[in-house]
Amino acid sequence: MDFSILMPSILNGITTGALYALVALGLTLIYGVLHIINFAHGALLMLALYGVYYLNRLFGLDPYWSLLIVPPAMFVLGYALQRFVIARASHGRDENILLVTLGLAIVIENLALFFFRSDTQVVNTPYAFDVVEVMGAFLPYPKVVAFFAALATATALWALMTRTDLGRAIRALAKERKGARLVGIDVEHIFAVSFGIGVGVLGIAACLLMPSYYVSPQVGNGFVLIAFTIVVLGGMGSFAGALIGGIVIGVVEAVGGLMLGESLGQIGIFLIFILILLFRPQGIMGHQA
Amino acid sequence: MTRLWVLLTVFGAIFCAPFLISSEFWLNAVLMMLYAALLGQSWNILGGYGGQFSFGHALFFGVGAYTVAVLQVQFGLNPWIGMALGGGLSAMVATVVGWLSFRYGLRGAYFALVTLAFAEVFRIVANSVGLTGAGEGILIRLDRQPAMMQFEDLSSYFWLLWAITLGCFLAAWRLENSRFGARLVAVRDNEDAASAIGVNVLRVKLQAIALSGFFMGLAGVFYAQKFLYLDAGLAFGPTVSVEALLVPIIGGMGTLFGPLLGAAALHAVAEVAREVIGGRPGLDMAIYGAILVGMMLFLPRGLARIGRGSARRIVGREVTGGRGNA
Repeated sequence: MDFSILMPSILNGITTGALYALVALGLTLIYGVLHIINFAHGALLMLALYGVYYLNRLFGLDPYWSLLIVPPAMFVLGYALQRFVIARASHGRDENILLVTLGLAIVIENLALFFFRSDTQVVNTPYAFDVVEVMGAFLPYPKVVAFFAALATATALWALMTRTDLGRAIRALAKERKGARLVGIDVEHIFAVSFGIGVGVLGIAACLLMPSYYVSPQVGNGFVLIAFTIVVLGGMGSFAGALIGGIVIGVVEAVGGLMLGESLGQIGIFLIFILILLFRPQGIMGHQA
Repeated sequence: MTRLWVLLTVFGAIFCAPFLISSEFWLNAVLMMLYAALLGQSWNILGGYGGQFSFGHALFFGVGAYTVAVLQVQFGLNPWIGMALGGGLSAMVATVVGWLSFRYGLRGAYFALVTLAFAEVFRIVANSVGLTGAGEGILIRLDRQPAMMQFEDLSSYFWLLWAITLGCFLAAWRLENSRFGARLVAVRDNEDAASAIGVNVLRVKLQAIALSGFFMGLAGVFYAQKFLYLDAGLAFGPTVSVEALLVPIIGGMGTLFGPLLGAAALHAVAEVAREVIGGRPGLDMAIYGAILVGMMLFLPRGLARIGRGSARRIVGREVTGGRGNA
């Protein structure tokens, strides 16, 4: 294959992958701490995207300024969902958590369909079509911003987890629930905070995604399996893994799309997903006997 | 044996529905309920009795539906033969997916994810390949004669579905009264303990997924012949997967009558909601999702286990060997 086509495609894949990684960061945090597979992740991303869209449409707010509003709002939503719905529905069984997050995903997605209709919406920004030249390839400006923002977010999450009391409490909880309670950690609160942070990161992802993407009620579906793939690929609960995994997936999709065409290109992602689940289960199933 | 008689009585009553219900609308409502019960019982065989939660049961449904449609449209094969092939092929696909997943010890959420991913792969392929009509879907030629499994009247469709569904429920009844069923429940309740007393865990799971896939495939065949049109989203999309798991969860997982109860409750609620709010897109599914969340919050064990009287013992007897924290 001609290198001059391949290289821009790879670079494009890296920037797309960074966006995927941003979506996956929240998922990996939630998984790492709560051992919850959050099926509602894609639907919550869609909700955040609509938040960014309506802030722009109603108040003329630039998607990047939405960073001040949407992530905190998503944090509150995530906190409330975990504390008042997911935790209460679990009744101590993992299957129930799986089902309740699936139920939430269905509700959110279809209410969006009901209220927002299935039309695809975009936000127009003056910089949407600006490009940055990198190694001979022209990359969209919003994607370059998103790439660096993904790095910054991953670093911030890492710092939060390793350098703060909150991070220590979260990690303690992830390792030993009873012990954490015994030393005075408010388990339910910290669980909800972790879930809130994971969902809040989705808010960041939405603000960075919106200038180069679109929103529709189904938009989350495309992301949710990709995010799961990244989390599994990078090792459940690892931020660096999610970042690298995201970039790998982005490149696979871009190059796969180049070689197989748009509609079949995505198949590579799911095949990777299935293969990893099948052949590297030890990395993802820490508690298996 | 009483439970078998209850089952046969209930199905006997359902059989008479076309004689008793003159309105096409209401007969269709009962038909859709029966169809949901079939999806639900198929899922229940693997998910309820076997404890393996599939989020991608549409995979087997779609394989059955596309088998009968493609063989008929592209190769002129009679749909009755296509039906047998569709069920068989679904069971085979289920066995392969099951072998890949269970062989490597996938459980719980990972099994759910992998089934979802398989369904997605099939959806993308069916959406791109010429054989399945790609994005345009596949249209079965209208030819209303019983030999082509197409009927003039709704009643005949109803009885065809009735027969398939009865078969599925009888299989579930057999499951409850056989050594295979006992092994399956043992695997669900405590896999390690089951393995320790000599149950071949992989084999039991494979038999369950094959049986589940077989009936799901037949449901797909029925869908294709009833509506005479398929596309990738209808066949492999999430709607069917969700309905299949929702029905037994509402009715009561791992119970014989749970799927019937769940199907009736689900369709009653959906029907009422449609009357009250009107039929905007998204509403049905939003209600399904809300029911799922509500069930998890307030009735995580399903309708069949609400009461404590004798009705519960007949309708909702749970096949269990003492629930561990599996």
